[in-house]
Amino acid sequence: MDAAASITQPALWPLTAIVFLPALVAAFLSLPIVPKAREEFIRWTTLFTTAVVFVLSLWMAWPQLFGAAGPAQFRLGDTGMQAVVKLPWIRAFGIEYLLGVDGISLPLVVLTTFLSMLAAAASWPITKHVKAYHVLFLLLETGMLGVFVSLDFFLFYVFWEVMLLPMYFLIGIWGGPRREYAAIKFFLYTLLGSVLMLLAILMLYFTSDLRQLSPEQLLASHVVSPALDAGAQADAVRAVRDAKAPVHTFNLLALAQIGQLPNSPFAATQIWGMSLEKWAFLLLLIGFVIKVPVVPVHTWLPDAHVEAPTPISMILAGVLLKLGGYGILRICYPICPGAGLDLAWLVCGLGVVSMVYGAFAALAQKDFKRMVAYSSVSHMGYVMLGLGVWSAVAGHDYRWDAWAQGVNGAMFQMLAHGISSAGMFFMVGVLYDRVHHRNLEEFGGIFNRMPVYSGLAIAVFFAGLGLPGLCGFIGEVLVTLSSWNYSRALAVVSAFTVILTAAYILWAIQRVYLGAEYKGPHGDHLTAITPRELAIATPLVFFAILFGVAPQILFNYVAPSVNRQVETLADWTRRVHDAKPASVAAIGEQGPGQDVAAR
Amino acid sequence: MNLGSLITDTLANTLDVSLPLFRPELCLAATVVLLLLCRMLPVLRHADSALVALGGVGFGLWYAWSDFKSLPAGGDLLAGRQELFTGLLVYDALTAYVRLLLLGFLALYILFTKVSGIPDREDGADFYTLVLGGTLGMCLMASANHLLMVFMAVEMASVPSYALAGLLKGRKASSEAAIKYAVYGAGAAGIMLYGLSLLAGVLGTCHLPSMTVELAKTAHAGAAGGSVMVLSLGGLMLAVGLAFKLSAVPFHFWCPDVFEGAAAEVGAFLSVASKAAAVALLLRVAFTLGVPAGGEAAAQTLAALDDTRHFMVYLVGLMAAVTCTLGNLAAYGQTNMKRLLAYSTVAHAGYLMMGVAAAIAMAGVTAAGTRDAVTAVAFYLGTYVFMNLGAFAIVAFLRNTLRSEEISSYAGLVRTSPGIVVATAVVLVSLIGLPPLAGFVSKFLVFSALVEAISAGAERPLLLVLLVVGGFNTVVSLFYYLRVLKVMTFDPPPAERATEPFPLVSLPGALVTALVLPVVGLGLFWSGLYAAAQLAGAFAS
Repeated sequence: MDAAASITQPALWPLTAIVFLPALVAAFLSLPIVPKAREEFIRWTTLFTTAVVFVLSLWMAWPQLFGAAGPAQFRLGDTGMQAVVKLPWIRAFGIEYLLGVDGISLPLVVLTTFLSMLAAAASWPITKHVKAYHVLFLLLETGMLGVFVSLDFFLFYVFWEVMLLPMYFLIGIWGGPRREYAAIKFFLYTLLGSVLMLLAILMLYFTSDLRQLSPEQLLASHVVSPALDAGAQADAVRAVRDAKAPVHTFNLLALAQIGQLPNSPFAATQIWGMSLEKWAFLLLLIGFVIKVPVVPVHTWLPDAHVEAPTPISMILAGVLLKLGGYGILRICYPICPGAGLDLAWLVCGLGVVSMVYGAFAALAQKDFKRMVAYSSVSHMGYVMLGLGVWSAVAGHDYRWDAWAQGVNGAMFQMLAHGISSAGMFFMVGVLYDRVHHRNLEEFGGIFNRMPVYSGLAIAVFFAGLGLPGLCGFIGEVLVTLSSWNYSRALAVVSAFTVILTAAYILWAIQRVYLGAEYKGPHGDHLTAITPRELAIATPLVFFAILFGVAPQILFNYVAPSVNRQVETLADWTRRVHDAKPASVAAIGEQGPGQDVAAR
Repeated sequence: MNLGSLITDTLANTLDVSLPLFRPELCLAATVVLLLLCRMLPVLRHADSALVALGGVGFGLWYAWSDFKSLPAGGDLLAGRQELFTGLLVYDALTAYVRLLLLGFLALYILFTKVSGIPDREDGADFYTLVLGGTLGMCLMASANHLLMVFMAVEMASVPSYALAGLLKGRKASSEAAIKYAVYGAGAAGIMLYGLSLLAGVLGTCHLPSMTVELAKTAHAGAAGGSVMVLSLGGLMLAVGLAFKLSAVPFHFWCPDVFEGAAAEVGAFLSVASKAAAVALLLRVAFTLGVPAGGEAAAQTLAALDDTRHFMVYLVGLMAAVTCTLGNLAAYGQTNMKRLLAYSTVAHAGYLMMGVAAAIAMAGVTAAGTRDAVTAVAFYLGTYVFMNLGAFAIVAFLRNTLRSEEISSYAGLVRTSPGIVVATAVVLVSLIGLPPLAGFVSKFLVFSALVEAISAGAERPLLLVLLVVGGFNTVVSLFYYLRVLKVMTFDPPPAERATEPFPLVSLPGALVTALVLPVVGLGLFWSGLYAAAQLAGAFAS
């Protein structure tokens, strides 16, 4: 492993730059040499930084745009981890600076850099403590990007927590009237989740043993860097496998390999009558669903979203919620597949409950922003359902493509919701900046006063509604379809939720944009949309439409990695889970197995 | 053996073995004498006592460092172990580590007090005499190998602390703090002495390793209920004395009052140095009594001591859980910053004791695990120096400019001195235990020691409870640390405040920066300190 430092790692600087450039600029901005009064300079520097990071992530994701593809760039269709960076960090615990992207994380990275850029542009109306705001904003971006690219659990956790403090201050200083309450509530919920996550991380770490993995698995999980030459590889493999004491690991890929072993130590260890696998799954799940958020731990979200300033609401809804879904997909299921299978009902159930509860709650809101916030709860319910059905089909027959459909749908829903919810929050923010209230009852007639803005806003809200042809539709329909294979009742409920969604969104559009004239306060401030606002809204609308009519653009990235992970777990279910005598009765015939192999 | 050869042997042992390994303490003792001499000789009257003290500590630090460096890395750990002064003291990896830590802290501390202006020139000699004398006692606490030395060292560390608490002579609160501390301390010392005499009486020796052998014999022979009773009682009473030094619940009552009444500088000394020494003594007593030193019958003795260790794990573990929870809950209502930090100190004593409990629990099960747990505790102490000294330094410097230590007086500080608010944020967030700061790593290591012990199957129910309690407390502690930051950043500044309280580009600012940077640095790159702590952890295996 020592040799890892000396091998060439083409992705080292690009990935490191994507993650740490914002933090570096934040450090620069925080220096006393940047005077507080130079607000325009600070704003432009931040916008420029986020733009550079966005271009860098685009450079990784879409090499064709920049000419020939280099070794650090993403190869479409390649299912494994790419652009892996591996440097030792804390040797005593085997903690590494291990980064990498695949089809699951890369689109989320691009989404993050894109929304950060738009949010930076949306930060112009912030006039209080501009310098501190932008420093915290950039630190937040580093934290978010770090979570998506970390492949080491310790590193993942560090980035996960790094986001908390900037977010606390961003809500608490620049937020609305109840900002302090909202900020501490957000912090408290998330910290509770992350402490539970830390316990799970430690449990997994101390139970893991790299010696159980075959040389191929060690290479595949980058415990031993495949970039080494053959001799060094063999040495490194031997060093791991011949160790006298168990070799623990924080490597997420290796933990997944260990978790999927037939003799997985996670499944074998019992704590208080429940397998460690299940404990870890539950603890991690709580940590992640708080972020998603899922009913009943969603209550921080309406407060945080409503009180946060517009750009931060965009980031919260667009990116932070996705961290939860990403964590479940990347960590919970691959590492604890058995628990995932057993607890599928829980994940799916939580998803459907959030979906319905969020929709009803949104229907009842008087505050425009709060309504949008509850719509996020409802929409993220689809993500949970889509992720949950994945592991659930074992009792029926093996249709891994049906599971993959659900997971692909969930991934698409996350990305689409990133676009549409950020758009919705921005649209609410544009109105709020003018009339300084968000009371749905006091709006009306906005279309007459701001036609361009209203057109764009209605497009974004329709995307949130899930109108065919817009981005919100694809994810919902895929998730609903695939959940039919798991539980018809859940599928029916999730299909009916679309009606509720349509109801609250259409009703909101009617109350805000339609109507004869605006009668609420500050009517004379309803000026036309500014070029800056237009520059933020247009790309969001553009992508909402683009991904609606050409979802393949995203699926080209997402599907190969998702399918491979699902196939691996389908194979695990057959090979390991059903091989256990207790569940033999539940297995169908062997036929579908060949079906999978044929693919 | 005739008297002559006895004297020769003792002399040879003292001069050749004991004194060379005792040089850091000798430096402290010599500096104390020098400081007192400076007062008496008219020529030296005007010498700056802080500089004299710093010079003496510098020498001591250098010796401590060279001793620490010459510890055998890895390998045979008993090789470095030496009994000094015919078994009164012991020199091993733990001694070397804690001594280095204490003297390093002392050097920083003298710099800090020099900058902060308490003590003034008049009090300087007294103050540094007391501080150095107290630290000398603490070094002895870390190396005590004999019940007599345990008691002497605890008293030697405590008595100067009582006087320090009353340093602000004109202030009623300070005098009250001193008397409260002294009375409480005297009571605890009395109980401890009683306990020590019970232990010594039943086991027939005061030399800790010999006591272990006797203890194993007693246990092995299936002692009559009576002597077990007396031994447990003695152990409990000894624990009272240690708990007092650790400010563990229910012997923490002195802590908030003393911290509030005494100057912040004194609080820094008590919360860091005193705690480090107390933890070291706890480890020392627990490991010497619970784990026999190597040798023929070690394995058998180890098994015979299962009950002793079980007793100690439960005692330390339950106290840790209660200490941690109560400290964090009580801190919630505080309005005075020093009082809040006092309860924070209490809570952190709880986390440290969790690590100690994990270490003792694993002592009979896995040697590597024991070492990891002791390493975690040692690492925690190392980061704690910077976190708490940083916190108290900020309090002291803010007191110098704001003339107040109430949290409410910090309102809106971010407007005028953002640098100091960032420094406070780093320190307090590190005390919460969030990455990427040093406090997180410490907490991570303690929790991982608990998990390691649980997966090794040692004392599972209790340690699981400790793990849950530790996690729960981390969440609870968020409230009160963040409240300070909230006041500093969210709240509007009072109208009458002077505009420029605290630029970071100043001598105090530089000192705060120097204390805060390691908190960040050790959170990101902690391999170095971890390796050092691992050396200390070697003492247990």
